[in-house]
Amino acid sequence: MPKPFKPSVRLTDNDVTDEDVYKDRRRLLKSMGFVGASALLANKAHGIGWFDDDEKEPFKGKPLEFSTNSEYSTEQAQTPYDKVTSYNNFYEFGTDKGDPAEYADKLTYNPWQLKVDGLVENPVTLNYDDLLNTYSLEERIYRLRCVEAWSMVIPWTGFELAKLLKQAKPLSGAKYVAFETLYRPSEMRGQNSRFVGGGVEYPYVEGLRLDEAMHPLTLMSVGVYGNTLPPQNGAPIRLVVPWKYGFKSIKSVVRIALTDKEPPTTWNRLASNEYGFYANVNPKVDHPRWSQASERRIATGGLFARNRIETKMFNGYEEVAPLYKDMNLSRYY
Amino acid sequence: MRRLLSRPARLTRAQIITGKTLVHLILSGLLAFQFFLGVTNQLGADPVEALINFTGLNAIHLLFITLLVSPAARHLPCGDIMRYRRLLGLYVFAYAVSHLLVYIFFELQRDWSLLASEIIERPYIIVGLCALMILTALTVTSFESLRKKMGRRWQSLHNLIYVCLVLVLLHFSWSQKTIIAEPLIYWAVAAILLLPRKDKIKTWFGFSKRKRR
Repeated sequence: MPKPFKPSVRLTDNDVTDEDVYKDRRRLLKSMGFVGASALLANKAHGIGWFDDDEKEPFKGKPLEFSTNSEYSTEQAQTPYDKVTSYNNFYEFGTDKGDPAEYADKLTYNPWQLKVDGLVENPVTLNYDDLLNTYSLEERIYRLRCVEAWSMVIPWTGFELAKLLKQAKPLSGAKYVAFETLYRPSEMRGQNSRFVGGGVEYPYVEGLRLDEAMHPLTLMSVGVYGNTLPPQNGAPIRLVVPWKYGFKSIKSVVRIALTDKEPPTTWNRLASNEYGFYANVNPKVDHPRWSQASERRIATGGLFARNRIETKMFNGYEEVAPLYKDMNLSRYY
Repeated sequence: MRRLLSRPARLTRAQIITGKTLVHLILSGLLAFQFFLGVTNQLGADPVEALINFTGLNAIHLLFITLLVSPAARHLPCGDIMRYRRLLGLYVFAYAVSHLLVYIFFELQRDWSLLASEIIERPYIIVGLCALMILTALTVTSFESLRKKMGRRWQSLHNLIYVCLVLVLLHFSWSQKTIIAEPLIYWAVAAILLLPRKDKIKTWFGFSKRKRR
């Protein structure tokens, strides 16, 4: 016969920890001088940061509905979600690759407004919900090649930029597409201080030729791994151009303008001898300070993962080659 | 308290040995632990980059500490801390060598032709290697017996540490994508460390000029 349950202590409502206190327990413990043992063993990219106690709630995205499009997707091994969301160049939040994951949670990405204007017949404004619901979403598993000679394989969720541009109806004079990231120094510490932001002139701007922008590979991404984008990856909407170096794939976009002249681009403005307007992945044209002939693929595995692979022309997306026929790609790097 | 500060404190042999053992344990322990984390994939998204940064940055930190020893010994009432300088200098070398080895074996992954072309074509790599060559020369001549044999030439050779400091920071700045970045702080610290030595550095350069004439 089961024994009747007899509590060893009698608790009343008065003994229940207040909900606010409970939810705030981490900060309270910290203020009392405790550092969780887990913090000592936490996976930090910096040995120097061993004693940081940052138990931030990880970002939780909303699941998205999408179709899969294998025609444009690679079957190479994907970079784990943790790595995709913790190793980012997003100088608006600091120049270290761990900074975006640490500081981007301050970004308010809902509400949001993305404006498409300039040389268009029909200017478009998309609010946060429109970004996720106007066009049918699909998943594209793309290779991402950073100009720093590392690469990842990432399943993006989004829609072709061409769909949005077709809705805006470019005028016949439109030759280029200019993109702009949000400028909000109160939430982006790198915009607040020249030092934190690496001396970059903000807002971050990028550009494509209209035919590049209309190419079916060019994606506006609103999600990664099937959920909405974390802020460090460019929430709520970002560009993904898989055959160009990563810095072309501008994050947290607020404006897309059609123009008749080649628009200025941030890295080109900063160091035009190192970063061109086109920035196509090209193993034959080195960065002045390092080789672009090969890259290290960030996937699973530690120090001994033999992850150095050859870099392919246009990052392996040969179908874009006709866009650049008769162009000297060492001159227009 | 004042008496304690004014009276020079001598460290006993046992104290010095204990101190040195601690320095060994901490500095080689940290390096080994970081490699362990790297091998077991616990260094974030890219363990290779994390290790390159760890070894490189800490080599600079240790170089700063090493350069702090002699002014500290002069101003604190405990000249015996000078006896730690050689040990700290050797760890600057150890961390710098690890930095190069991580680059060759884990960044380039023993692609020797790539290594050769990078050394020839990339100025910031050449600058870093020059700094490492200076550190190597200082390391092999760091023994007390050699120091005595070399006499005044030992000091002239070891003055190269200031050249090394500048080369190392140049290597660091040059490796960054933007100029306004972390290395600026390091240049500021270096300036603070070199300022009290400006007379010494001037006479050193003046001395070599006179010799040439």
